[in-house]
Amino acid sequence: MFSKGTKRKFSDGDEEISDESLVGARVASSYSLQRQSLLDMSLIKLQLCHMLVEPNLCRSVLIANTVRQIQEEMTHDGSWHMVTEAFCGPGQSPSERLVATEVLCRSREQDAEPKLFSVISYEGCREEEVVADETLCSVSVSDTVSNVCLAGRVGQCWEKSELSGVERDEEALEDSRLDSGEDEEIDTEDGASTESPKTTGQVFGTFEIKNGSPGPDSALEELFSDVDTSYYDLDTMLTGMQSAPKMGPYDLLDSLAPSHSSPSIVSTPTCRSDLNELDHIMEIIVGS
Amino acid sequence: KAVIPSGSHMKGWCHVWWDSLTILPVQHGRVAPLAQPPCGRASAVHTAATLRLLNLPLLSSDIISTVEFNCSGELLATGDKGGRVVIFQREQESKNRLLSRGEYNVYSTFQSHEPEFDYLKSLEIEEKINKIRWLPQQNAAHFLLSANDKTIKLWKISERDKRAEGYNLKDEDGRLRDQFRITTLRVPVLMPMDLMVEASPRRIFANAHTYHINSISVNSDYETYLSADDLRINLWHLEITDRSFNIVDIKPANMEELTEVITAAECHPHQCNVFVYSSSKGTIRLCDTRAAALCDRHSKFFEEPEDPSSRSFFSEIISSISDVKFSHSGRYMMTRDYLSVKVWDLNMENRPVETYQVHEYLRSKLCSLYENDCIFDKFECCWNGSDSAIMTGSYNNFFRMFDRNTRRDITLEASRENSKPRAMLKPRKVCTGGKRKKDEISVDSLDFNKKILHTAWHPKENVIAVAATNNLYIFQDKIN
Repeated sequence: MFSKGTKRKFSDGDEEISDESLVGARVASSYSLQRQSLLDMSLIKLQLCHMLVEPNLCRSVLIANTVRQIQEEMTHDGSWHMVTEAFCGPGQSPSERLVATEVLCRSREQDAEPKLFSVISYEGCREEEVVADETLCSVSVSDTVSNVCLAGRVGQCWEKSELSGVERDEEALEDSRLDSGEDEEIDTEDGASTESPKTTGQVFGTFEIKNGSPGPDSALEELFSDVDTSYYDLDTMLTGMQSAPKMGPYDLLDSLAPSHSSPSIVSTPTCRSDLNELDHIMEIIVGS
Repeated sequence: KAVIPSGSHMKGWCHVWWDSLTILPVQHGRVAPLAQPPCGRASAVHTAATLRLLNLPLLSSDIISTVEFNCSGELLATGDKGGRVVIFQREQESKNRLLSRGEYNVYSTFQSHEPEFDYLKSLEIEEKINKIRWLPQQNAAHFLLSANDKTIKLWKISERDKRAEGYNLKDEDGRLRDQFRITTLRVPVLMPMDLMVEASPRRIFANAHTYHINSISVNSDYETYLSADDLRINLWHLEITDRSFNIVDIKPANMEELTEVITAAECHPHQCNVFVYSSSKGTIRLCDTRAAALCDRHSKFFEEPEDPSSRSFFSEIISSISDVKFSHSGRYMMTRDYLSVKVWDLNMENRPVETYQVHEYLRSKLCSLYENDCIFDKFECCWNGSDSAIMTGSYNNFFRMFDRNTRRDITLEASRENSKPRAMLKPRKVCTGGKRKKDEISVDSLDFNKKILHTAWHPKENVIAVAATNNLYIFQDKIN
């Protein structure tokens, strides 16, 4: 492994550096660069793998451990702080910035990992279904559950399957799935209040679908303010589906970025078409 | 000129297939749909010849995902990504042949698992067969367990070569006879018919795994088996499908603390109370089911201390064990991590007794392999019948064999170009640096899409089955 050498400064070389330390600095900077690129690569892998269908848990764990390792080393190095500055600069793509700030704006003791996963709680979502997911989460209204759903729990990524996991005999499977999902959601209400509502709330498959009355949350109020019942109309539904944009992984994160500043849903027309699509899907599933 | 090292299984390996009719290896998933043979041996040859003419392209559903010989070696089962199982049967040795060894023909093909949709999570459950394990044969029928990510099925494969004729109530077509026409009573007679091989699901073991099943293993008591997913191991009784015992659970109370998963598990071949499971951190735990109902506390813990000089950010990933196999004797076990195969003595926990480097030249490429995800490939490994040799796969359709006694190793390639029937395989060599000799291949020229993850060794003879993506190769050692 390369020796650490002197810390590399991000400001460019106006300073005079002696030859020896220059070589040392180059070696160090090369190592830092490699380490940084490895960190970036790992974070992207984690994001992507949480976008896919049923990500491979082993792979996710290994990548997450690698990220943690790098973060630990960087923290010991003291270069963690510098990375924060660098990442918060302009010119970064929104998705990277989002992840980076999420990761870096936490101290290590609070375990950057949960923040890491908070952005990528889309585990199990398929790309084309992500739009519906977003709405799905918003629609899930039960007074006790709604806040929690939006707030979500850190580390939900691992929880994806657990929420429908088999805890007891499979006769009770159907019951236990919803039960355990509900229980875990409610329990973690307090733990997740610091999370941005949009990012962490969108865990798949944990919500009951209920029509109607919005919860106390202001985001939900805004959501439902523009919705009319015409979305039950077939034509509107079909139109809505066609106009629903296909979102790639980073588009999705783009749409999350604004939510950092405001709790409102990104765009109501999108939302409506999402609802339409959701309804359509539910009809297929329920077989009405 | 390549020198073939001595050791009977290190002598020439040649490609064995049917006759000179078939040059192409069987394209795995295509055997059944093309020509539905009534499953005699001659018809299998016909099928293969047809395949050669058609030269079909690769379908991802044809990718072979598991290969397993049965306990006698007479049958070879393969599972693929499309949920199909194809079983090959060894031909009886014929005196007419120059080579007295039998060849493998298609015996049965069936769809084991279908794609499912988990409505609650809105996720597809892949139909890919992750593992097949044969049960020991106890009567004329054969039984195997096949598992996808969530469900295990017990299949019965039976032959039918007789048919009853002369029913009273129905005629030969199966139509009911007019009752007024029935004037005499007769006893149906069993008449021979073309051999038919039927596969029927006898048990379905479902809803016990939250995470993806990575291993199944039949216990030596022939009554129970275990199934392992990323975080839990369950013990089943073969007759009981509505419940299973959870014997290992490494799921942390707080999932944020998850840092290790189960990667493989196997029952001891002789001691029905002992099993092992490996982890993504390169450790193996041996557990005794007599100790407690929940075997979270291991009886033995196998881990090799890390070499600090070779530590890198990838150390943990490459130490993750992808396969664990007991030796037939039950004295040793073998583990496969990304770069090496290790043989452990069950009586020594602090380090393996033997370590074999599979493709050490990849150590300097770990970053690229991490980038293209190859570093997460899960290679399997296998013992030969006498535990004197081990085999595992690599990239570029290479596979490696190691002789434990002579410490020699050989690299062979499973490819169409090199598989003239009965032609001997040429040992291959990867050039690690400097001048590349003739016939060597440089590391940068390796094709990382051609990976051999699944191999199987006949339990008694020197016959091996190698799965290269969608092709199955069967090799045997050359008879003098």
